[in-house]
Amino acid sequence: MADKVILLDFWPSVFGMRVRIALAEKGVEYESREEDLFNNKSPLLQEMNPVHKAIPVLIHNGKPICDSVFVVQYIDEVWNDKAPLLPSDPYRKAQARFWADYIDKKVYDFGKNVWTTKGEEQDAAKKKFIECLKLLEGELGDKPYFGGETFGLCDVALITFYSWFGTYEICGNFSIEAECPTLIAWAKRCMQKESVAKSLPDQHKIYDFAMQNKKKFGME
Amino acid sequence: MVSKQARKQREMAEKGVKLFGFWASPFSLRVKWALKLKGIEYEYIEEDLKNKSPLLLQYNPVHKKIPVLVHHGKPVAESLVIIEYIDETWQQNQLLPQDPYERADARFWAKFFDEKCVPAIMGAFSKVGEEQEKCVKEARENLKTLESGLKGKRFFGGETIGFVDISVPWIGIWARFVEEIVDIKLIDAETFPLLNAWFQHVLEIPILRECVPPQDKLLVHTTNFHKRLTAGST
Repeated sequence: MADKVILLDFWPSVFGMRVRIALAEKGVEYESREEDLFNNKSPLLQEMNPVHKAIPVLIHNGKPICDSVFVVQYIDEVWNDKAPLLPSDPYRKAQARFWADYIDKKVYDFGKNVWTTKGEEQDAAKKKFIECLKLLEGELGDKPYFGGETFGLCDVALITFYSWFGTYEICGNFSIEAECPTLIAWAKRCMQKESVAKSLPDQHKIYDFAMQNKKKFGME
Repeated sequence: MVSKQARKQREMAEKGVKLFGFWASPFSLRVKWALKLKGIEYEYIEEDLKNKSPLLLQYNPVHKKIPVLVHHGKPVAESLVIIEYIDETWQQNQLLPQDPYERADARFWAKFFDEKCVPAIMGAFSKVGEEQEKCVKEARENLKTLESGLKGKRFFGGETIGFVDISVPWIGIWARFVEEIVDIKLIDAETFPLLNAWFQHVLEIPILRECVPPQDKLLVHTTNFHKRLTAGST
């Protein structure tokens, strides 16, 4: 019986992008369904993720998996014949999970504050955001990817925010590359991978989306 | 000149497992439970959270928190990450299911509890008035959702204790203190029969029960914690 894989997604979502990358890395064929998150969530989304009613949701042969970092690990465990996204060594796995957790706890909120606030609040947000990226840059060191020689979970978790960097930079009036050149070099390296390039929307498209939807993100 | 015996002792210590924890921390307790269920020998180091040791800060420079597990001299932080590490390193008495779908489900519920139940309960504990009411309502709604995740099983793991079973039921003890100290209804047996039954099933297990801090000490500690949290608010 052939696998039936559906991804409930929303094109500008950094979390949805992570799953797109993982599926592309593994060469999994799937049907993508775009959710209208702001206006009209589909009955399928509400049924498959009744707890959060959020995307991404991977539906594999009728069964839903939620939460992007868990979905990526699920994909890695099921389609385990190629492109491992987690190392086999338990200690290195733990490090990958630790940093993915850190990225989830910090980058989204700090980034959002950078582009949705003004004045002193924004200055404080920019400072926190840059500190966070610098910490990640330190963790990367001189490795090509967070996991070492190969692209893995942490890279997947962080690279999707790159599509939003233009938005943070324009709204915050600063250059991320000037602050974190090594991290930007890493990002460009990831973008050379087909799985990443085809999963991330263009930075201008994201900026337009952000500006058109300011209200929904809590901005006036 | 280091004696052969001293060198052997140092080698053994480095091969060993250390847990940096705090006696009243439920996150510390989770890790202890995982180690106990696996029958792993470990050295426990009690941290004074008001005066964290240089070793802790060296082992967890990012969050500067306990628990931290140190194995072969290498640190692992974040309680749920630590439990997965323990499960993968010591294969006996598996905590996470083998099936990827069920693994994802277990991870989902533990995270749901940490991100949706715990902060709401903390809010109910530390706030007053309307804000407190809002937190209590949110906590109870999320706990109901958690109860539905149990799907009427004895343990989240099914017939045997698993990942979610060691991550969550500490709240069965801590919630009683919260209810008593701030005089609210949080996880009453009437509203949450399955959740309470589940807590009992887990807390009944002797090797887990014996790790729980003494209730009288915990009540005093939690009361003082509440005083610090609400200091300055009338």
